[in-house]
Amino acid sequence: MPLLQATHVTKTFGNFTALDQVNIEVNKGEVYGFIGPNGAGKSTMIRILLGILQVTSGEATVFGMDAWKDAVHIHKRMAYVPGDVNLWPNLTGGEVIDLFTKLQGSSNKQRKDELMEIFDLDPTKKCRTYSKGNRQKVALVAAFASDAELFIFDEPTSGLDPLMERTFQEQVLKLKDAGKSVLLSSHILSEVEKLCDRVGIIREGKMIETGTLEELRHLTRMHISVETKRPILELASMKGVHDVVLDENKGSFQVDTEALESVMGYVSKSGIVHLESAPPTLEDLFMRHYESDEASQADEVGRDEQ
Amino acid sequence: MNNNSFEKTGILARFIMRRDRVRLPVWILSFAVVSMVVAITFTDLYASVEERQAIAETMKNPAMTALFGEAYGMNDYTAGPMMAHQMLLLTAIVVGIMNILFVARHTRTSEEDGQIELIRALPTGRLSQLSATLLISTVVNIALALVVGFGLYALQIESIDLEGSLLYGAALGTVGIFFAAVTAVFAQVVESSRNAIALSFSVLGIAYIIRAIGDVSSEFVAWFSPLGWILRTEVFVNNYWWPLLLTIGVGLIFVGLSFYLHGIRDIGAGLFPAKRGKSTAHTFLLHPFGLALRLQRTGIISWLIGMSVLGMTYGSVLGDLEAFLSDSELMQELLQSSAGASITEQYITMLMSVMAMMCVIPAVMVLLKLKGEEMKNRTENLFSRAVSRLKVFGSYVGLAHLVGIFALLVSAVGLWLAGLAVMDDMMSLGTILQAALVYVPAMWVMISLATLFIGFAPSTVYVTWIYLGYAFVVSYFGGMLQLPTWLEKISPFAHIPEVISEDMTYGSLVVLTIISLIISWSGFILYKKRDLLG
Repeated sequence: MPLLQATHVTKTFGNFTALDQVNIEVNKGEVYGFIGPNGAGKSTMIRILLGILQVTSGEATVFGMDAWKDAVHIHKRMAYVPGDVNLWPNLTGGEVIDLFTKLQGSSNKQRKDELMEIFDLDPTKKCRTYSKGNRQKVALVAAFASDAELFIFDEPTSGLDPLMERTFQEQVLKLKDAGKSVLLSSHILSEVEKLCDRVGIIREGKMIETGTLEELRHLTRMHISVETKRPILELASMKGVHDVVLDENKGSFQVDTEALESVMGYVSKSGIVHLESAPPTLEDLFMRHYESDEASQADEVGRDEQ
Repeated sequence: MNNNSFEKTGILARFIMRRDRVRLPVWILSFAVVSMVVAITFTDLYASVEERQAIAETMKNPAMTALFGEAYGMNDYTAGPMMAHQMLLLTAIVVGIMNILFVARHTRTSEEDGQIELIRALPTGRLSQLSATLLISTVVNIALALVVGFGLYALQIESIDLEGSLLYGAALGTVGIFFAAVTAVFAQVVESSRNAIALSFSVLGIAYIIRAIGDVSSEFVAWFSPLGWILRTEVFVNNYWWPLLLTIGVGLIFVGLSFYLHGIRDIGAGLFPAKRGKSTAHTFLLHPFGLALRLQRTGIISWLIGMSVLGMTYGSVLGDLEAFLSDSELMQELLQSSAGASITEQYITMLMSVMAMMCVIPAVMVLLKLKGEEMKNRTENLFSRAVSRLKVFGSYVGLAHLVGIFALLVSAVGLWLAGLAVMDDMMSLGTILQAALVYVPAMWVMISLATLFIGFAPSTVYVTWIYLGYAFVVSYFGGMLQLPTWLEKISPFAHIPEVISEDMTYGSLVVLTIISLIISWSGFILYKKRDLLG
């Protein structure tokens, strides 16, 4: 029995279909990456799981209970951090954290103080003076300080600096070690790669891909830019190579993960002077889908990833 | 301040017009239509000299002066002087409210929501948004003055001549400019638009109260209120223009002050740096009810103070009223023949209904806060935790009812205390409280309506204000305009027994209570079932 399960969830707002037959499964002790471009329906799905929105059709259960009807019972064992944390300007961060942990039901003062230290948060400041990153820290401290079994993070690091992003990732890994479950929505593939066991990709309200990272990785391509002693003219005709740009002895291209070995073999024979490789990005993944769908609206792809 | 400070004011001004292209014309037309309708009604209603002088007699007492302001031209109380006496002050207050809301919306609210930051990042001047806002508000007030002025003149009523009409319109526009300037200053001083609006409203309220005290007891005091100034135009009687120059002059000082303050502060900040707060929360805060109360603490306390001061102001007139009555034999005869009740009793009953309606405002505002919370995605913070919808909604509804009743109680006690100080035989506190509390079921109906609308869809809540405004208008003008009874009976406040002068009856109170329970209950059900916006 999965801890969190959405089955054929459809949500419409008027004529607009925000979610179309979406399935999600998060098992105990698992970190599930929920990725997709802006406006794909990630937040709508999460709000359904939180019982803030009601499904048009389909079923969403958490801990085996109905996400809409039993919201309060579910939330006692669940913590949530939105991507856009909206706090009350006239309360301090410390007050808000206390309020959140109290409403959650559990509170652990020592753990809270520890987390405020780790996240470098000043709790005596009024929320109106906090930056986006600091507001996110308030919500993160409240979430990590709770004894929840399931954590839902909706783009939680969008306002954090790289150092705090790493702190966040460490905390998530700790949760994983403690056998807790996490649903992490993100459009930063590197973050998802570091943390997640399984990944679901959503686009325009439809789940287009689900699976483990390994299963998914072969769908992606590496970016390579290279400078060689001899020209690498045959590159363009090789299998699994895309978007080739060649200029004398310099070139940049993308290569399918499964073709990596043969392509690198060829390139290295030409005498590598300089080589840079970049990991596959979410954008590449979507590009793959656009190509396979033969859809041409490439400019709709989210370009926020790093 | 460099010479680019006003860069692109024109474009921003046009943008403000674009944003408010429906709202502003509706405001202006409403003022013109209401003024014209009332002017026509006065003319038709009091056609003969005898009728006009009879109504003039009933107006000549301190209670009426406190409510409407000093009356001029009483020896020839035609439609013109009636407009100046009974309509100018009230309309001016509403014009003030319009300007306060308009200026706060385009200055501090835009700043709070981060829109000003976007605009300032473009090649616009530092003072451009503020100057564009004040420019448009001035244009709107001038348009209002002209439309109302020529509108009244177009009626071709004998006592409403061209100069008087234009002065009447100009007086309204001037008050608008004054309160736009006041709001512009407060928008620089405090960090939130709610506080800027609250402070500006309190200036408006204090201006009304100072004028009431001044008009009744001391001409000198009235000169400290901009509302006192515009009444001194003695429009349609003597047509003095110079009090308007005074009002505009002081307004311009406030405009200059707001530019200066805007120049020396940081964007997003007020004049005073934010203080450090507590690092942990008080236990009381850790409940949806405590949170709801804490978030609105300042506003609620201000309303309670405001209502008690209003009660005291009205109560302080009772002494003058009594003295006036014992002097005027004619008045005593008039009242004896018209009804069994004394004019003091009638006055208190009328005040209670006015005060009960005013007490609905803070109560509905408490509920509106929940709408604001939802719009700003903050209810998500609660509902993503182990908190039920009924608990949060119930907290706000409960708080709204408490605030309404408390506001009514403090205003009634304020009235009684002031009455005690100025009258020899003031009624007992029990009588006053009963006269006030009897309006509670009508308040319940209003508050439950807001409950229903927030449960249904937050964007529909404004209907409550329209209904409350309607209730106010029919109770205020009902007698004056001799409206058909059924029009008055649409208001829940019209079904309340006048307990001071009549016997207490419970029938309508029970019905109102049941109606409000049903409406509230529907609101709860709807809120539980609907999708939340955030």
